[in-house]
Amino acid sequence: MSDLAAEILIAVGLAFDLFGCIGLVRLPDVYNRVQAATKCVTLGTCLILAGTAVYGITGAMSIKAALCAVFLLLTSPVAAHAIARGAYKSGVRLWEGSVIDRYGEEVHPAGPPAERIEPAAQTEHTVAAGREPHE
Amino acid sequence: MTPFLAIVAGGLLLGAFLCLYRIGRGPTAPDRTVAIDILGTLVVGFCCVMAIWTGQDFYMNIAIAWALLSFIGTIALAKYLEGRQYNE
Repeated sequence: MSDLAAEILIAVGLAFDLFGCIGLVRLPDVYNRVQAATKCVTLGTCLILAGTAVYGITGAMSIKAALCAVFLLLTSPVAAHAIARGAYKSGVRLWEGSVIDRYGEEVHPAGPPAERIEPAAQTEHTVAAGREPHE
Repeated sequence: MTPFLAIVAGGLLLGAFLCLYRIGRGPTAPDRTVAIDILGTLVVGFCCVMAIWTGQDFYMNIAIAWALLSFIGTIALAKYLEGRQYNE
């Protein structure tokens, strides 16, 4: 009976993991990707860990799985927040279909940041800067 | 390996390949950082599958250590991204 419960938990966790990875591939923007992938994959892996804890071949395995799930729940949102903040500060623009930018209003109160460089222009600039020393 | 565990391992492997696609394709550096973070989380799930399959509990030690190192690496990459400005 507990084996069946563990297998259901692991199957649901696998489904969440796969949905998160599909979101990572399909969504248009860094910020969409980071929220979809982090939430889905964190929940999915925590469910797999919970299934391992319920399966419980040894007592130590159950305790370690529960510990790992708690640790993952604590660290994964912090990592996603840091990535999103770093992406915004390094000048990655939002998807053109985005409707609101609260963090940008807070950082640049004057209006939308017109001085920020497009990703295409910025790669061009990087390539040009990289070529300069050779020429 | 029971068929159920084989299906779970195959699904996690498929997710890992989707992450690798994003690492290779991602237009900006934060895309790759997100994909690396997700890949580390998937490896933790894979360690669970290996622990159930073999019945050895040291795989859970690997999972805990992997989660810790993945978190530290992601934070380091995020701080690096934050310090790097494209227009400077």
